[in-house]
Amino acid sequence: MTTLSLISIAVTLLIAVLLAKPVGLYLAAAFDYGPNRLNRVFGPLERLIYRISGFREENQSWKSYAAALVVSNAVMILLVYLVLRFQGALPLNPAGVANMEPSLAFNTAISFMANTDLQHYSGESGVSYLSQATVLVFSMFVSPATGLALAMAFIRGLSGKGAGNFFADLIRALTRVLLPVAFVSALLFVFMGVPQTFESAATATTLEGAQQTIARGPIASFLAIKELGNNGGGFLGVNSAHPFENPSGLSNLLQILLMLLVTSALPFAYGKMVGSLRQGRVLFVSMLTMLIVMTGVSLSTESAGNPVLNNLGIQHEQGSMEGKEVRLGEAQSAFYSVITTAAETGAVNTMHDTLTPIGGMVPLANMMLNTVFGGMGVGFVNVLMYALIAVFLSGLMVGRTPEFLGRKIEGKEMKLIAVTLLVQPFLILVPTAIALATNPDTISNPGFHGLTQALYEFTSAAANNGSGFEGLGDATTFWNVSTGIVMYLGRYISMVTLLAVAGSLAAKKPVPAASGTFRTDTAMFGAVFVGIVLIVGALTFFPALVLGPIAEQLTL
Amino acid sequence: MRIIWVTLRTTFTVAIVCCLIYNIAVWAVAQSAAPDKADGSLIENAEGQVVGSRLIGQNFTDPGYFHGRVSSIDYDANGSGTPNYAPSNPELLKRTQESVTSWQAENPGVPVSELPIDLVTNSGSGLDPHISPEAAQAQVPRVSAATGLPAEELERMIEDNTQGRSLGLFGEPAVNVLELNLDVQAAVEAR
Repeated sequence: MTTLSLISIAVTLLIAVLLAKPVGLYLAAAFDYGPNRLNRVFGPLERLIYRISGFREENQSWKSYAAALVVSNAVMILLVYLVLRFQGALPLNPAGVANMEPSLAFNTAISFMANTDLQHYSGESGVSYLSQATVLVFSMFVSPATGLALAMAFIRGLSGKGAGNFFADLIRALTRVLLPVAFVSALLFVFMGVPQTFESAATATTLEGAQQTIARGPIASFLAIKELGNNGGGFLGVNSAHPFENPSGLSNLLQILLMLLVTSALPFAYGKMVGSLRQGRVLFVSMLTMLIVMTGVSLSTESAGNPVLNNLGIQHEQGSMEGKEVRLGEAQSAFYSVITTAAETGAVNTMHDTLTPIGGMVPLANMMLNTVFGGMGVGFVNVLMYALIAVFLSGLMVGRTPEFLGRKIEGKEMKLIAVTLLVQPFLILVPTAIALATNPDTISNPGFHGLTQALYEFTSAAANNGSGFEGLGDATTFWNVSTGIVMYLGRYISMVTLLAVAGSLAAKKPVPAASGTFRTDTAMFGAVFVGIVLIVGALTFFPALVLGPIAEQLTL
Repeated sequence: MRIIWVTLRTTFTVAIVCCLIYNIAVWAVAQSAAPDKADGSLIENAEGQVVGSRLIGQNFTDPGYFHGRVSSIDYDANGSGTPNYAPSNPELLKRTQESVTSWQAENPGVPVSELPIDLVTNSGSGLDPHISPEAAQAQVPRVSAATGLPAEELERMIEDNTQGRSLGLFGEPAVNVLELNLDVQAAVEAR
């Protein structure tokens, strides 16, 4: 690893940090129902959409908000499923792709609507242009919009306001955030070399006289929303490792910035909405610190490379290059693997299965913690849940009733949070054990790494990330159905329970801060927050990590 | 029931905006502003025949051409992929040892200590169009012997086809193997 590549990573992080606050303030204004300048710009178009869609921008109760979220998403999953099942007979299918089989369509429909984009098919041969450009792009817009709506409703609850209107929030997320940014970045990607065509695959006669068929398609429009919406599903099989989906260091930079854009801005949006930017800043700094530590660990282990190969006496200054692309290099690949799992995107520009064991453990840890920024909206709500836990535990230690933003945290909220907290390890560890016991033949790498493959798949599904250790033979009914269920529960259980927490807090009378109140906008709180995240994460997952990546590293 | 009805109507409007208008708007601007890139950066020879894409690697086995990286899919660009070998997988060591052995046979003058790791490892996509400048440099003696082109001329071609880091900072310097070999081919034909 060169000094230059370290500087490139520092510069990338710096740009992301500088963008976070202005974008956060924009988000706060974009979801404010009161009269403001943005409403005058976007209002007429949105009111037209509201009218065609048949709803008004009126406050829903917390229950109706949650019901609208869950039911609308379920209906859309069904619609996506149907198109995938019958894509073979539908138009815009120049490659003659067949209908998707039921278990794979089940998995794919949930996967894209749950913002996961775990893909058990290969983009070149498994889906038609119609499926890619309509139902998959549709899901890639709607699922982050749903996540963003959830975050906004949750923050409104913490500040004592009503929930808002789910459908209005969904449309606002699309018109004010996702569509404009996706459109501009899609064009930037085209200028960097990403194809955008509806022509079928090209045929070339190579220099050595062979025939080469080159798959292409409307990739740029897909790529932009894939990164911006923290979706992560690739148009082509190997995702952003494919030269068409990531042609240069510049496209790699833009992808990383898009992944972080909204999720790193949400703490500031939250600060603005609860009336104290300091509240948001302390969470932002805490998460950024964890991100930098993760990046450091990943870079140091990847640049050291794989001792097994280095011992062959070849020149290995480039680091571990198996599964990586030359134009991106080892440093930007390792960095991308950290960002894509921190922001729960799941796009990959290197094959995570081929990462060095500790280099592969970092993405795994990011997904298990699910609080190092986290995915679009849901990640930040998860962060706020940990903040509530931190306040609660601190309150217990000093023997006071814990308060967060002036609202008492009591038994009801903590019960809901405890359920949410327990669901995740349950969804990861139990299915992993079942898979290892019943489907060992689908695991492609021998030894400790095989355990990591299964563990990674379910962690990715439960955290709605979508990256994978792709050597796993996951295109079977068992993996399709099991990860489909895990993705669905991993997404919607916590959405409902945390909306219930927000509703319960919103209904409480705020108590004025006194001298004994535990402040949540100080560095002290930031440290407690990070401590709680790490303790809960370590207690839950450390044994599995020891058996997987750590054991593998020790055997190299 | 009302939620389902609103959902269906919202799905309809969102589909019009996000699928139809968005995709087609990006497509229309892309095709008019940068049609070559939007179609996949295809390269045509003097006869107008497509010989490949600037962004997609090809299989090169002729000693008179520069070779690209290991590809488990033999550069079949109708798909993409790798064998996903874990660092601890014995198959990885076996395949790499074989690559090193055949390198020694094909490049007798160049010691293994000058063989860069990118030439004996599988790329992420199986379609990597690039190799590192060192990996191109290491092949100069072989290509020179096979084609009769002087080493200095080949080194100049490598320099011409090396793309630096984006903005001088992002990514790594890389040599485009197909474009380099097109230059080699042209020089051989011109003799």
